Amino acid sequence: MDNIAGHKPALTWAVHISVLILVLAWLFPTVGLFVSSFRTADQISSSGWWAALFPTEQNEVYRAADPDDNRVADGDVFVVSGNVFEEAGASEKTISVWGTSSREISAYEAGETADLGDGETLTLGEGGAYEWRGNDDQISGRGQRIFATVTAPPEFTLDNYENVLLSGNATDGMTKAFFNTLTVTIPATIIPIVIAAFAAYALAWMEFPGRALLIATVVALLVVPLQLALIPLLKLHLGIGIGKGYLGTWLAHTGFGLPLAIYLLRNYMVGLPRDLIENARVDGATEFQIFTRLILPLSFPALASFAIFQFLWTWNDLLVAKVFLIDATGETTVMTNQIVELLGTRGGNWEILATAAFVSIAVPLIVFFAMQRYLVRGLLAGSVK
Amino acid sequence: MHPALLGLVTIVLGVGGCLAYFYFSNVVLDRFIFPAKGENAGRNINRANMVRPWLFLFPAIAALGLYLGYPVVETLRLSLTDRFAGGAFVGLDNYWQMFGEPKFREAMRNNMLWLIVVPAASTAFGLLAAQLTDRIAWGNIAKSLIFMPMAISFVGASVIFKLIYDARPAESAQIGVLNAVWMQFEGGFGSLLLLKILPAIIVLGFAGIVAYTGWIFIRPLVKGSRTGGALVVVGRVFVALVAAWLVWEAVTTIATVLTTELDYGEPQQWLTLTFYNNFFLMVVLIWIQTGFAMVILSAALRGIPEETIEAAIVDGASPFEIFFQIKVPQIMPTIVVVWTTITLVVLKVFDIVYAMTNGQWETQVLANYMFDKLFRANDWGVGSASAIIIMLLVSPILVWNVYTARKEMR
Repeated sequence: MDNIAGHKPALTWAVHISVLILVLAWLFPTVGLFVSSFRTADQISSSGWWAALFPTEQNEVYRAADPDDNRVADGDVFVVSGNVFEEAGASEKTISVWGTSSREISAYEAGETADLGDGETLTLGEGGAYEWRGNDDQISGRGQRIFATVTAPPEFTLDNYENVLLSGNATDGMTKAFFNTLTVTIPATIIPIVIAAFAAYALAWMEFPGRALLIATVVALLVVPLQLALIPLLKLHLGIGIGKGYLGTWLAHTGFGLPLAIYLLRNYMVGLPRDLIENARVDGATEFQIFTRLILPLSFPALASFAIFQFLWTWNDLLVAKVFLIDATGETTVMTNQIVELLGTRGGNWEILATAAFVSIAVPLIVFFAMQRYLVRGLLAGSVK
Repeated sequence: MHPALLGLVTIVLGVGGCLAYFYFSNVVLDRFIFPAKGENAGRNINRANMVRPWLFLFPAIAALGLYLGYPVVETLRLSLTDRFAGGAFVGLDNYWQMFGEPKFREAMRNNMLWLIVVPAASTAFGLLAAQLTDRIAWGNIAKSLIFMPMAISFVGASVIFKLIYDARPAESAQIGVLNAVWMQFEGGFGSLLLLKILPAIIVLGFAGIVAYTGWIFIRPLVKGSRTGGALVVVGRVFVALVAAWLVWEAVTTIATVLTTELDYGEPQQWLTLTFYNNFFLMVVLIWIQTGFAMVILSAALRGIPEETIEAAIVDGASPFEIFFQIKVPQIMPTIVVVWTTITLVVLKVFDIVYAMTNGQWETQVLANYMFDKLFRANDWGVGSASAIIIMLLVSPILVWNVYTARKEMR
């Protein structure tokens, strides 16, 4: 199309720039969470995540080394020298301004000497080296306090992930929730596929009265909100003794996922070549053999599409888990629920929230990028045209 | 037993059980009930083939009936009973009680807002993204990145956007993007242009589009041309009335936008600003659903026959004319599909509201209201009644889907 009349270079540039803006706008929120999960609590609360890629300024308080142990005589005065950063354990920081009282934290430039009265002086260099001079009386007791404005280079840490995944902390930890989610997801993805595949085959390739009605019912059930099912099913589960737990959750996910599964698989199977199936029938294959040896392998793309849908849906689900799975003990909490609880208890602790959220997002994102083609195909086949 | 082990056993039992059921039921049917030999072999084969579909369908029908069919009926029954009176039949009392509650009316109003804004915005952005990425070299990468939020859970997205909406005291650095941007405005000319004039123009543009759509629907009646049946006339008038109402709402909104005193220099708690906080919640869903709309519409755009576009270019149409007058009308059915699908998602939206505000500050929606009633107030009657309301709102789409699906099959 580009070589046809009406092509304008300016317009092409406008398109490129608009797409770039759109993509950046859509990416920006996720990147924010991702970057935040690698920052310490102090860093997060002192600057926005977009500043994380540049050096940040922080106000810090240091204390000179203990005079009684460290002072050395220099003529008739005593000197304590050292580096504030060595004690704090960081080295790539630089000091811009500093002071010796909390009211005047920017009284001196780096490298200047502060006069503390009666000949007592303190010099602080840009790199954090200090020299504290005074007479016997002044250089004693506790170390002099130093308030400094420090420019720290960008710094990222894996501590948050360690804390959330490995510490075994019951309230912040995501490990248990991660495995619980996995336990919910895998059976809830596989079982509906098996049931739906057989039903879809019957609806696609077998002749029987009421077939059209059944297909219409499946289409209708596609849109029934699962909210309707919560109370009756919970009562049913409690009544027959399943109670709240994995079994009920798997069953519920299976039931709620079936309409889409049947619909997708049937639409795909109908499109398979008729000759293939009829030849197999003529050759004496039973319906069961046709299904397992012919239809199932050929339907792999549709099976994969649905598997991704169901996986994403069960992994990301909160409502079904809250109603059918999580009991008062909280032993069976899933990641989405854990995050909601963290939002309540740790509302301001973004380092924990961001990391926890990213742990739960990571797996679906991997699946998404690895199997995007099948997801798109499923979407195109799944929306009722 | 360890849950993971239980899960593994369940997979094996579930899958194995299903396969065994299908296999053995077929064997039993073919060998014992209607054996394909002896004097009745021919008749038996026919009979077996009549029964077989139901063997294949039985597990699915049982699961669907138990997990979707039965609950619809049971919820309807529960909505007519009172839990606190031991399940006594109370007629429509639950519904009347619910209609009387301010929280319910608030939820209905917000849901209507969601129903208008989210599908419209998602479809519009999706269409824009689909059209723009269609013919550029890195279009597929761009699409994949815009599509990515589809994989993120509503809860995860809520955390992401809560970080964006975060507010700190005025004197410390803002860590939420929105407040960081907001603090740049101080009430000068730039603020006037960006926060008053620009929104007013956007809303005016929306009103213009709505008014034009309404006019398209009402035009045949005004001009007195062929109008079709009475039902069509009613439909056209209804759409026109809705459009007129929306235009009126838009005009009043513009007046509000232009006259409101803005709180410059003060960090805002965005999620507690009543009325506007609804839009901050909607942004989350729009962010997620745009990718979906884009993927479907992009496929539809590719399906447009090249000849129609070439003909338009030969006739001297501008790119905008080609888009709005050639492409959009041809993919209209797909736009309707996208719109209705997103509408369904909106009607069921629960996680976002639950995680971000839990319905406080006048952000309640139906699904969260229902959850509140069912599991916090423990009022199954009113909870079921609100579930039925959601079902009623869904049912026009349900009927339409069944209708189109049947038409397609013929």
